[in-house]
Amino acid sequence: MVSDTHSISGSVMRGRSHGDRSPIARLVILLLALGVVVTAALSLTAGAADASAYAVLRHWVFGGSAAGPLSLRDQVIIQDIRLPRILMGILVGSGLAISGAVLQGLFRNPLADPGLVGVSAGAGLGAVSIIVLGGTSLAPVVAVLGIYALPLFAFIGSLIVTLILYRVATRQGRTSIATMLLAGIALSALAMALTGVLVFVADDRQLRDLTFWQLGSLAGATWPKVAASSPIILLGIVAAPFMARGLNALALGEATAAHLGVPVQRLKHVTIVMVSAVVGACVAISGGIGFVGIVVPHLLRLFIGPDNRYLLPASALLGAIMLMAADAVSRTIVAPAELPIGIVTAAVGAPFFLWILLRRRGVIDL
Amino acid sequence: MLQRFSARGLRVLFLATSVAVGSAASATATETAVLPNSSRIVSIGGAITEIIFALGDGGKLVARDSTSIYPEAALELPDVGYMRQLSPEGVLSVNPTGILALQGSGPREAVDVLKKTDVPYVEIEEDWDRAGIVARILAVGMAIGAPDRAEMLASEVERKLSEVVRLTSAIQEKKRVLFVLSTQGGKIQAAGANTAANGIIELAGATNAIEGVDGYKQLADEAVIEANPDFILMMTRVGEHGASDDELFANPAIAATTAGAEKHLIKMDGAYLLGFGPRTVDAVKELSERLYGDRISD
Repeated sequence: MVSDTHSISGSVMRGRSHGDRSPIARLVILLLALGVVVTAALSLTAGAADASAYAVLRHWVFGGSAAGPLSLRDQVIIQDIRLPRILMGILVGSGLAISGAVLQGLFRNPLADPGLVGVSAGAGLGAVSIIVLGGTSLAPVVAVLGIYALPLFAFIGSLIVTLILYRVATRQGRTSIATMLLAGIALSALAMALTGVLVFVADDRQLRDLTFWQLGSLAGATWPKVAASSPIILLGIVAAPFMARGLNALALGEATAAHLGVPVQRLKHVTIVMVSAVVGACVAISGGIGFVGIVVPHLLRLFIGPDNRYLLPASALLGAIMLMAADAVSRTIVAPAELPIGIVTAAVGAPFFLWILLRRRGVIDL
Repeated sequence: MLQRFSARGLRVLFLATSVAVGSAASATATETAVLPNSSRIVSIGGAITEIIFALGDGGKLVARDSTSIYPEAALELPDVGYMRQLSPEGVLSVNPTGILALQGSGPREAVDVLKKTDVPYVEIEEDWDRAGIVARILAVGMAIGAPDRAEMLASEVERKLSEVVRLTSAIQEKKRVLFVLSTQGGKIQAAGANTAANGIIELAGATNAIEGVDGYKQLADEAVIEANPDFILMMTRVGEHGASDDELFANPAIAATTAGAEKHLIKMDGAYLLGFGPRTVDAVKELSERLYGDRISD
């Protein structure tokens, strides 16, 4: 990343220098924003059933009688199946991608990914606790928090893992790559073991909920779930760009960042809480969808450089597009059945990513 | 005052009984639900599909789930996926006029969405015993508008069942049977109480070798030895979960049991053995004959 350091320092000093990719980055963001709208529109019309999204839209706009008859089936398909799924795809895709980008900035390490370093596993443990123990020992919690109990516990799980991870991997302001990955693997294993205990005591009905949830899918998208998770994820997405300048400075090392006037400690705390909350909320509603958090920021770095001011919003947009598109494929490719989305993201994304790496070898240098 | 009080007491009593009756009624309501139009049915659950075909109404089906693999004609229908992993849009995409689903189909969100549409969703209860088979045939027949044929099929199944059960219940020394779902990685996943496997073992005049376990659970090796089954029962159609016979008997825990020592392994088709549909009576008969040999067929 030697050549990239140049543009980071450039942006930190707010000067234009050779290799400044800001114009390209702005264009890319614009195109991606357009891409989100187009993908959402296409996803709304794609599905196993031949429900007319247009007819339903007309119904919303012109009201019942003026727009002609509308079958309840079409209405349910568009309104209760496709629309919440598309919104969830946008939320989860952008949430995971932006969390990946922020974590990579925080750890100054392109390998940091919520799935890879155990943050998702921690969130999973929290979510499974609610599913399995929600009827018994955690019943009072569920009674008080209602539908927010699951995302909140997922958040607590991912927060604990992120905090431990940061504590273990960072010494005297330096984050060790190897320690972070190893600690992440250890924490993942621990979270999985505890999840395993819960799976073992789960009854048949809970197991069904669990397997569905563990596969990672947007299939469980319902309006209440979208409503429960969207405030958290949206808050994270809105807050992230404000950390961009600080994260850029952090790339030069904590001491340099502090000298540049960045409140390093506060930045670290805020980013850790933000990433935990967003990953927790994403995992709580969609299970463990991997791959998005690491691939999206890397793809973008190849084109628009590592400047977090552009990277973070662009990651959110591309993440949303990727997940919406993957979900559209998973909904239609084996219709009337459905393919788990994790298979699609990995089967399409991984070879593509490898191809990029091969073509531009040396650009991403660990 | 007293009168009013007792009137209220009466009303409470009435309410209480009507609640009790009401819940009983809603329980039977699922059994007696009738589809207003049964020309295009989606069947979710192998037993339901089998019953519909056995009633001669296979032509009414427009889709099935992936557990519906019998009879062969069912395989030609579009597959909407695994019964616990349904995609609501996929189910609706075949334009059904009714959905018949086994209790426990899911995920819950998918079922909730399906119930929101104007397509009637009929839940068929799943009990793994004699009465459950008959009740299911009647419920399916009622739903698809063939109550008479269902009555005939049910009474025939009932007659055969009681014949078999008369023989199997006379068995004095009951064999201990361990149903092994899978042996992945040398770990024995077996059936405890409240499973279809447990139901079929009991109908066949045997006892489940494991006690005090609910559902399908992974067993510790020592628990397998402790259970000491006379027979191991497995499904033939288990795909990648299956182990070869040698592999099974090479398992040290299995080898230490009577079944292992005498190489007593019974393999039967999964849908046939555990479907609890019209073919179950044959499955029970076959299983008990393979367990007890000549002693059963009088």
